[in-house]
Amino acid sequence: MQCDICGKKKATVHLTEIVDEQMSEMHLCEECAREKSVQMEQQFGLADLLAGLADFNKPAKDAQKINLKCPNCEINYEDFRKFGRLGCSECYTSFENHLAALLKKIHGSNHHLGKSPIKIPQEEKKKMEGFQDLRNQLLQAIQAEDFEKAAQLRDKIRDMENKGKK
Amino acid sequence: MQLNDFVHRTGEWLKGTGSNSDIVISTRIRLARNLAKKPFPNRAKKKELFEILSAIQGRVEQINLFKDSLFLKINELDNIDKQFLIERHLMSHEHAANPEGKALVVSREEVLSLMINEEDHIRLQVMQSGFNLIETWNIINAVDDSLSQSLDFAYSINWGYLTACPTNTGTAMRGSVMLHLPALVMTKQINKVLAAIAKLSFASRGFYGEGTQASGNFYQISNQVSLGHNEQDVIQNIHGLIRQVIEQEEQARQAMLVQNRAMLEDKIFRAYGVLRNAHIISSQETIELLSMVRLGIDLQIVRDVDRKSINELFITIQPAHLQKIESKKLSSGERDIKRANLIRQKLGGR
Repeated sequence: MQCDICGKKKATVHLTEIVDEQMSEMHLCEECAREKSVQMEQQFGLADLLAGLADFNKPAKDAQKINLKCPNCEINYEDFRKFGRLGCSECYTSFENHLAALLKKIHGSNHHLGKSPIKIPQEEKKKMEGFQDLRNQLLQAIQAEDFEKAAQLRDKIRDMENKGKK
Repeated sequence: MQLNDFVHRTGEWLKGTGSNSDIVISTRIRLARNLAKKPFPNRAKKKELFEILSAIQGRVEQINLFKDSLFLKINELDNIDKQFLIERHLMSHEHAANPEGKALVVSREEVLSLMINEEDHIRLQVMQSGFNLIETWNIINAVDDSLSQSLDFAYSINWGYLTACPTNTGTAMRGSVMLHLPALVMTKQINKVLAAIAKLSFASRGFYGEGTQASGNFYQISNQVSLGHNEQDVIQNIHGLIRQVIEQEEQARQAMLVQNRAMLEDKIFRAYGVLRNAHIISSQETIELLSMVRLGIDLQIVRDVDRKSINELFITIQPAHLQKIESKKLSSGERDIKRANLIRQKLGGR
């Protein structure tokens, strides 16, 4: 079977499309299929699709555009939505609010538990030490049954965590 | 060490040893890491890619576990070499495409491999034979620590390791176990098992990597979630899940032996017979038949060939491997003949 698009190469990818309740089948060669899948990714927004956030009732055009740009790598948030790949580690700060929701949707959590690198950037280290210090104080307060202080510390930790997530 | 040295060697993960090696082929863990503030490979300019590459290469060369390893620049490899490395599970299809500024490091025994500038700056992988998550984790954890002693990894206290794709953010760890589940397939229970796995947020896919259909009754099961659980917990979860799948497969095997021994022996020996006598054979047919013979070895029905030889054949019958063994380009028809030759040779056929 020949490819439906180029008509030259052998069709190895078989695609079923449903548009307006009309089902159509396409038989494509690998190259044309790849091109087709890039088009589809652009239509839907791969990142949204990954997270199951894509709103299929509304065409992508009507979805609200988010005008954000990462100053470090100059990628737009819209590009990330289309291709599903961030441009650099600073994007996580540049798009913090949007990513927090996305990460929560993908992983069911947006707080890292797990190892950390041996060499941690200074600003992250300060934050971490701050946390550790508060957590130790909280533990001591609980052991000393000073629940009023413990509650204050708990709220302070929660505030810090929320601030980090925003 | 040269790439061609691998042609007649067997990777550590194919040895067919380690715990539960009748059902578990191999255990693999991979970590994604990026250098802080540097553009991710898809965004980096050529010059930046080379700077990233040389920074990582410089660090890798100082690590003892990578001593005597093979360092390959992907743009210096021909298509057969690239395919050969993919077939050996040492690198991904994605890494072979757009080869500019990419590299691969492989340790002598093929336990460690490190892709530079794939989707992330670093994709580190450790592979072991059998069901061996803890040791695999210990190795990769140590290598990761050595790397981070002098490389600045992109990391945030809230979100952990920062990766190009948000599905990897957090631990950026994927643990996967390759299972051979012929009895669950033959007793038509496999879909039930796979559905349960999907419900628990684990992914399953075929032997020949991402996006491939399961063939030869091989299934690779791996965790999906990387944020909100630490590495040990994720490993524990995979361990628990795989244990259950192993038990299911064992039960299905026993049930078939009791209820349908003659049918099972017939299938296995027919497969063995075809492999030992065929003069032209496709890779798809080979994989299906090898799966049956492997089951025969596990159930001690086939006794005159060992598991390691069968494991090796799953890899060496692939197109690029046949062409590396013959040191020349072969057409698909020529490969089917060479493949049959190789199998007869290995299994003592005519």
